[in-house]
Amino acid sequence: MTTVMTGAVNVLLGRRGRHVHWPRAATRLLIAAAVAFVVVWVVFLADSTANGPVIEAPGKFLQTVLDTITISGLYFIVASGFTLIFGLMRTVQMAHGALFLLAGLFALTYQRKFLDITGPPPYEDVGWADWWLPLVIGVVIVSGLGLLIQQVFLRWNQGQELRQALITIAISIIMVDRMFHHFGGVPKDITWTHQIHGYVEFAGLRYGIHRLFIIGMALGVGGGLWLLLKKTRTGMVIRAGVDDTPMVQALGINVQKVFAVAFVVGSALAGLGGVIGGSFANLGPGVTDGNWLLNSLVVVIIGGMGSLGGAAAGSLLYGAATSFSPSYLPEAYSYYAIIATFVILALVLAVRPYGLFGRPA
Amino acid sequence: MTEPLLEISNLDVGYGQAQVLHGVHLEMAQEAVSVIGRNGMGKTTLCNAIMGLLPAMGGSIRFGGTELVGLAPYKVAAAGIGYVPQGRRLFTSLTVDEHLAMLARAARGKRWTPTEVYELFPRLADRKKLSATSLSGGEQQMLAIGRALLLNADLMLMDEPSEGLAPTIVEQLVATSRRLVSEGIAVLLVEQNLSVATAVSDRQVVMVSGRIETEISSEELLGDADAQRRYLGVESLEDAGGIEGTGG
Repeated sequence: MTTVMTGAVNVLLGRRGRHVHWPRAATRLLIAAAVAFVVVWVVFLADSTANGPVIEAPGKFLQTVLDTITISGLYFIVASGFTLIFGLMRTVQMAHGALFLLAGLFALTYQRKFLDITGPPPYEDVGWADWWLPLVIGVVIVSGLGLLIQQVFLRWNQGQELRQALITIAISIIMVDRMFHHFGGVPKDITWTHQIHGYVEFAGLRYGIHRLFIIGMALGVGGGLWLLLKKTRTGMVIRAGVDDTPMVQALGINVQKVFAVAFVVGSALAGLGGVIGGSFANLGPGVTDGNWLLNSLVVVIIGGMGSLGGAAAGSLLYGAATSFSPSYLPEAYSYYAIIATFVILALVLAVRPYGLFGRPA
Repeated sequence: MTEPLLEISNLDVGYGQAQVLHGVHLEMAQEAVSVIGRNGMGKTTLCNAIMGLLPAMGGSIRFGGTELVGLAPYKVAAAGIGYVPQGRRLFTSLTVDEHLAMLARAARGKRWTPTEVYELFPRLADRKKLSATSLSGGEQQMLAIGRALLLNADLMLMDEPSEGLAPTIVEQLVATSRRLVSEGIAVLLVEQNLSVATAVSDRQVVMVSGRIETEISSEELLGDADAQRRYLGVESLEDAGGIEGTGG
C-alpha cells in the first residue's frame, strides 16, 4: 500500500523517470481502437456478461449509466477536497481516506445516539435532523482534525512531499487502528433520512432518490468550489499560490492563512463524502479508508492535479470504469474488474502525462 | 542625507554553503538608486534577501526603522516594499484583473487602487479579462509594476524591469519610474541596461562578485567608457542599444 501511495505521489508531482518516446499518432490510434472495441463489445457482443449486450438489454445499460453518475458524484465530492489540498496546495495528505472514515463513523454513532438505538435504525424513524445533524458533527470534527494535522505536522514540512506522505500515512494508520478499537471491524452503514428513501420510476427503471440526492450534493459541491476558487479573494490567492507561492508572499499576503482555509475545506469535503458514502454503502475500518484514498488518488491522477474540471472528468471516467467493468466483463472474469481502472489510468497517462486537465508543475 | 529609508549593512547571503553576497552595504533615502553590474554578480540575490525570500547569513537590513532580516516575505512586503521581480513572475492561472483584485482590499482608500493602476496603464484596462500569459512582454511588465503599486509601498524594488522589452516600452518604463520618484516613492532599481539605470537615478551602485565595488554618479559613469566596460562588460553605451534623450 505504502509503495503504491509513494509511487502515486511521484506521478502526481510530475516526477517521472525516463520518458519513453512513442509515436503520438500510434498511441492515439491504439486508444481509438480500444474505445471502439469497448463500444462494439458493450453494444453487440457482451453475451456472456452480467448485463448482456445493449441491443438485448437496453434497460440494464441505462441502469449502469445511472450508477456511473451516482458513484462519480461521490468520487467527485471526496476527490475535489483532495485536489484542493494535494493538487492546489501541493500538500500530500494521505490521511484523506481516514478522515472520510472517521466522519462517517462519527455520524453513524451520533445518528444512533440521537435515535437511542444500538443497531441500524429503521429508515421510517430517521428524520431530516437525524441525518443532517450527524453529518454536521462528522464534518466539523474532521475539518478541525484536518486543520490540526496541517498546523501541527505539515505546515513546517512544506515542499517536503516524502516527509508529508510518511507523516500522514502514519497518522492514517494510527487513526484507523483507534477506529478499529473503538467502533469495531464490522462494516456498518448510516441510514438515509426517510424523505430520500424510495425510488423514482421512469422508462421502466427504478432509481433511488438518494442517488439523485448524491448527484445534487456533488453538483452543489462543484458549484460551491467553483465560486470559491473563481470569485473570492481566497480563491484567487489559492490559484496564484499554485503558480508561485513565494511571489504571493512577496506581495504581502500571508499564504499560511489561505493554506489553512484550503485544508479546512478539503478536510470538510472528505468528511461530507464520508457521511454520504457511509449512507450509500458501508464503513469498515481498514477497508473504507484505503479505498477512498485510492479513489481520490486515481481521480486526481486521471483528471490532473489541482483542476476542478479535471476532478469532475476524472470522477466520471473512473466511475464509468468501476460501474461498467463488473457488468460488462465476461462473468467468468468479472473478478478482474478492478484492472479496468488501471487500464484507464495507463491510457490517460500515455496520452496526457499530467492528467486530462493537468499542466506541468 | 536625512534618516535613511533603507539601510543594509554587512549583509552576507548564500545558497547552502556557497556565499553569494559578502558584507553588502547600501543606504538610501526617499530617492532613486540603481544597482548595476553584470550577470551573476549577486543583484537578484540582493533583491531576494531584502524580500526575505532568501535567509541572510549575517548582517542587517533596516527599513523605516524595522529590521527585515528574519521576517517572513509577507511581513517585509507589508512593511512597505513593493517588489517587481526579475522575469515578472505573473500568475499564469489568473487574469489581469484578478492580479489586481487579489490585492485590492488592502489598497482601498489609498493612493494606488486598481482603478489608478488602470489609469496609469490604459493598455491593461483593455485586457482585464485576459490571462496574464497572453499579454505582450511590455504589458506583462506593466502588470507586474501595477501589482506592486497596490501595496502602496514606500519603496519599489524593481529587478531588471527592462529585460527583454522593446525600446519604446523601455522609454515608458523609465518615464513611469521617474514619475513614481517624483510622487515621493523611493525606487531601488536593479539593472544591466546602463541607459535605463542612468535615466532613472543619479546614484549608481556597482556590484561585482557579491560586493558593492563602488558608487558613482550617472554623469560620471556615462562619461567613463572604461568604467562601463569594467562594470557592465559593454563596449560603450551605443553598442548596448541605449536609448536617446533620456540620459540623466
